[in-house]
Amino acid sequence: MAKIALTVNGKRRLADVEPRLLLVHFLREHLRLTGTHVGCDTTQCGACTVLIDGRSAKSCTIFAAQADGAEITTIEGLAVDGELHPLQEAFWQEHGLQCGFCTPGMIMTAAALLADNPTPSEREIREGIAGNFCRCTGYQHIVNAIQHASNKSAPGR
Amino acid sequence: MATAPMLPKLVGQRVKRREDPRLIQGRGTYVDDIALVGMQHVVFKRSDVAHGRIRAIDTRAAAAMDGVEAVFTGADIAKILPPMPIGTPFPSPEHRAVAVDTVRFAGEAVAVVVARDRYVARDAADAIVVEIDPLPAVVDLEQAMTGQPAVIHPEFANNLAVPLVPGGTGVKPDGTVDDSAIDAAFASAEVVISQRMMNHRLAPSAIEPRGVVAHYEPGKGTMTIWSSTQNPHILRTFIAALNGMGQDQVRAIAPEVGGGFGAKINIYAEEYVCSAISKALGIPLKWNEDRTEAFVATTHGRDILAYVDLAAKRDGTVLGLRMRLIADIGAYNMLLTAAIPTLTQMMANATYNIPAIRTTLTEVFTNKTPTDAYRGAGRPEATYFVERAMDMLARELKMDPGELRRKNFIQPHQFPFATQSGAVYDSGDYAKALDLALKTANWEQLKRERDAARAEGRLVGLGLSMYVEVCGLGPSAALPTGGWEHAQVTIERDGRISATTGASPHGQGNETTFAQMLADQFGVPIEHVTILHGDTGIVKQGIGTFGSRSQAVGGTAIHLAGSKVKAKMAKFAAAMMEASEEDLVFENGTIAVKGAPASAKPFAAIASYAYVPVPLPPGMEPGLSDEAFWEPANNTYPFGCHISMLEIDRQTGEPTLLKLVAVDDAGNLINPLIVEGQIHGGLAQGIGQAMIEEVVYNEDGQLLTGSFMDYALPRAVDFPRFELAASVTPTPVNPLGAKGVGEAGTLGSTPCIVSAAVDALSEFGVKHVDMMLRPEKLWRIIQGGRS
Repeated sequence: MAKIALTVNGKRRLADVEPRLLLVHFLREHLRLTGTHVGCDTTQCGACTVLIDGRSAKSCTIFAAQADGAEITTIEGLAVDGELHPLQEAFWQEHGLQCGFCTPGMIMTAAALLADNPTPSEREIREGIAGNFCRCTGYQHIVNAIQHASNKSAPGR
Repeated sequence: MATAPMLPKLVGQRVKRREDPRLIQGRGTYVDDIALVGMQHVVFKRSDVAHGRIRAIDTRAAAAMDGVEAVFTGADIAKILPPMPIGTPFPSPEHRAVAVDTVRFAGEAVAVVVARDRYVARDAADAIVVEIDPLPAVVDLEQAMTGQPAVIHPEFANNLAVPLVPGGTGVKPDGTVDDSAIDAAFASAEVVISQRMMNHRLAPSAIEPRGVVAHYEPGKGTMTIWSSTQNPHILRTFIAALNGMGQDQVRAIAPEVGGGFGAKINIYAEEYVCSAISKALGIPLKWNEDRTEAFVATTHGRDILAYVDLAAKRDGTVLGLRMRLIADIGAYNMLLTAAIPTLTQMMANATYNIPAIRTTLTEVFTNKTPTDAYRGAGRPEATYFVERAMDMLARELKMDPGELRRKNFIQPHQFPFATQSGAVYDSGDYAKALDLALKTANWEQLKRERDAARAEGRLVGLGLSMYVEVCGLGPSAALPTGGWEHAQVTIERDGRISATTGASPHGQGNETTFAQMLADQFGVPIEHVTILHGDTGIVKQGIGTFGSRSQAVGGTAIHLAGSKVKAKMAKFAAAMMEASEEDLVFENGTIAVKGAPASAKPFAAIASYAYVPVPLPPGMEPGLSDEAFWEPANNTYPFGCHISMLEIDRQTGEPTLLKLVAVDDAGNLINPLIVEGQIHGGLAQGIGQAMIEEVVYNEDGQLLTGSFMDYALPRAVDFPRFELAASVTPTPVNPLGAKGVGEAGTLGSTPCIVSAAVDALSEFGVKHVDMMLRPEKLWRIIQGGRS
C-alpha cells in the first residue's frame, strides 16, 4: 500500500492506496466524486479528464500514487460557492451536451484550453478538444459553448 | 392578477435544457455511480477464439483467490438461466448467455467471476484457464452462404439465418411472388445501373459503456435492476421472465444513460447473468463494461451487402429497382437483429415514384459480434443504396443530381402514399426540402467553386442526397412489445405538475420538451413541471426510446394525459367559480373566466380544492391525475436533403469534408435547439461511417478494431461547421404534428459524402467507391487503379 496526501477541490485528502489504483478510481470510489467518468481503457475518450496542478490530465492513465502531493480539480470543484463556472453556464446556454457523459471531461479540457489560450479560434478549439470524444453532439454546440465562454471572459475580443 | 407577467408560450422555443444543471456539475447518476452496501463486482471471462469447442475451463485458481465470492462457468449459468429470448418472429438458434460447449465469436462470455472489487474480479478472471479447440472461423459473408468454411449452427444450413424474404411489387400476403412488373420495367429500360455496394459494419460506441447493478432481496422476493438501457420496461419484462418472477416483482431503473444509439435497446447476456447470480447468491452485484469489452460484447450495426439494379429511361424517369440484400448478422440473433434489415426493404421506395421494386433479403450467420439496431437501423442502408444508385444514374445521364431526383419525386398530392414495399408515407413535400437545400448550399455557386478548384488541379466534388425516414415506431402491429407509449400527468396538491413518461431518454432532452408542452397546456411556469422517467417503480407502463419515437409517440401520450387532467381540473374550477367549464382559460398560473381577468383563481387553489373537495361536485372523484396510452395509427415519415462538398488530397488520398448542408423536415418542432443537436449528432455518425469508422475482422475472426486506438471515432477536428435549415411538413398521424428527428442525420449524410468523393474522383473514371473513404483506397484510384 502507498500513503498519499493530495488536495482535491481544495480539500486535503490523506489515503492509503494500492499502488495499482488508478487516480480515476480513487476519485470515484474512495472520494465518491463520481462526476469524473470512465469511457475507455486506452486514454482516447477523455471522459476522465481532471486538472492536476492546473493542467488537464486523463485520470484513467495515472496511478493515484503518482498524484501524491498534487492539487486536483474535478468537475465537482469547478463551481464556486454555488456559482457555475463560465464554461458550465456556456455548455448549458449553447446546448453543448446531450447524454452528459463526456461533459465533465470536456469541460475540464476546455477549462485548461482557455487558461492557456483565452481567445482561441474555432480551429484551435477543435484541436484543443480532439482528445475528448463526444458521440452525441457532433461537437458543433460544444465549440459554440467554448466560444461563448471565451467571449465572456475576454469581452474586448 | 392583471398585472402578473404573461407567461410566454414555450412550444417551438429554444428552451435551455432542464437536464443540464446536474450534468454540467458532475451530479448525474449513471449506473457506475451507484454503490449499494454489500455490493460485489462481476467480471466476464471471454473467449479469445472466434469459433471453437470448449474442451476445459479450470476455475480453481480463480475461486481460491482472496476476495473472490464465486466463479461460474457456462454450464453453471445454464442451471439458473434459460436461453436468451429474441424479439422477432424469425427462427433462432439456442443462445446461452454464457457459452456452454461452443464459442461462436471472439468475446463471447465463457465464465463469470464475482468478487469484492473490480480489481480482484479482473485478477480472478485472468486466472481462469480456458482450453478451446478451434474451428474454422466464418468471416466472409458470401463464402458463409455456401456453408464454408464451417456451419456455425447445425440447424441453419449454409449459415442462412433467414434464407430469403421477398419484398416490393407483386409480393402477395401468402408469400407468392409475381415478378412480371419488375421484369417488364427492366425489359423496357433504356439505361440500367448495376452496382455491388457494401454498407459496412459499425460500432455504436456510446461514450458510457453498458453497466448493470442487480439487487435481489431474498426477504421480499423482489429484484431491482439498474441498467444503462433505452427501455427499462422491456428490460423488466425479460428479467422477470428469465428469472421466473412476476413483472410486479421486478423494478427496472434506467438512471442517467450515457448515450444509446440503438445498442442499448437489447437485453444483454450481462443483464440476465447479473440478475440470475444476484438471485442465486442473494447479494447486490455490479458489472461495468470496459471499452475493449464493449467492442465485442455490445451489438454492432449495419453490415449489409447489396446488389442494386436501377432501370430508367434516358430522360431520367426511373422505371424499376432491384435490390438483393445480404446481411451479416454475426453469430446469434439478438432482440431485433433479424428485423433490422427488413427496414432496408421497407424503405427501398425512398422519395420516388418507382413503378416496380423487387427486394430480397438473406441474413447470414458469421463468427462475429451480433448486429442489431444502430442509429437509423436499416433505413440508412436503404437510403445509401438507392441514393448512390440515383447518383450513378445522374452521372450516366449527365443530369444534375437534384434535377434527376426532382423528376422522380412522389408529389405532395399523392400523400398518404402507399409504397411498393408496404409502407404508407404520411405526408411529404420533397421538392420543398430539395429547393431549400439547394438555396442554403448555394448549389450553383458551389458547382462553380468546384469547377474552379478542378481547374487548379484540385480534386473537389459535390454530393447530394434525399432521404425519407420511418420514425415514431409503432404501431403495435409492428412491434412485439406493443407500439404505444404511456404517460401519467398529476396536478399535485400544491399546484405543481408531475408527469411520467415511458419514453426513457438517454440524451434526447425529454425532461425539457415534455415540460414545455405541459407548461403551455396548463398555463403554468415550466419550473413548476417535473418529468419523471426511467424507473418502472414510478412509471407504471412504457415501451422506451428508439426509432425516433419519444416525441411523436411519447410526447403525444403526455399531451393526451394532460388533456384528460385538464378537463377534470376545469370541472373543479367551474364548480368553485360557479362558471361554465367551457368558458375557462388556463394562463399565467391561474384559471379564469374568459374575458374576466378579475375572476382568476390561482392554479394552486383549484388543485388544493380538488384534493379536499368540500363540497365534492356531483359525479366527481377527488384528485387530479390521469394517464394515457397513445397508440399511433401509423409511423411518421420525416425527410430531407443533404449536400456536401469534399476535397481529396491528390498526393495522399486523404479526404476532407469542406461543407455539409442538411435540410431536415421533422414536422412541427417542440424545441428547435434540441432538434439541431439531434441532427448534428446524426450527421456526425453518418459522416463517421462514410469517412473514418469501420469495424474490421481478420480471417480468423479476430476484431482488429477493438479499441479507440483502432476504431476511428470522429473527433471535433473531423467536421466542418454544419449548415442546417428546416422545412416543416406536419404529420397527420398525431395531434402534435411532430415526426421525430433522432436518426435523420445518419441517412442523407452518408450517401451524399460518398457521391461527393466519386464526383471528386470523376477524372479517373470512377463510378462508385465503397465506404469508408480510407485514404489508401482513394490514393490507389488516383494512382491509376479503378474502383
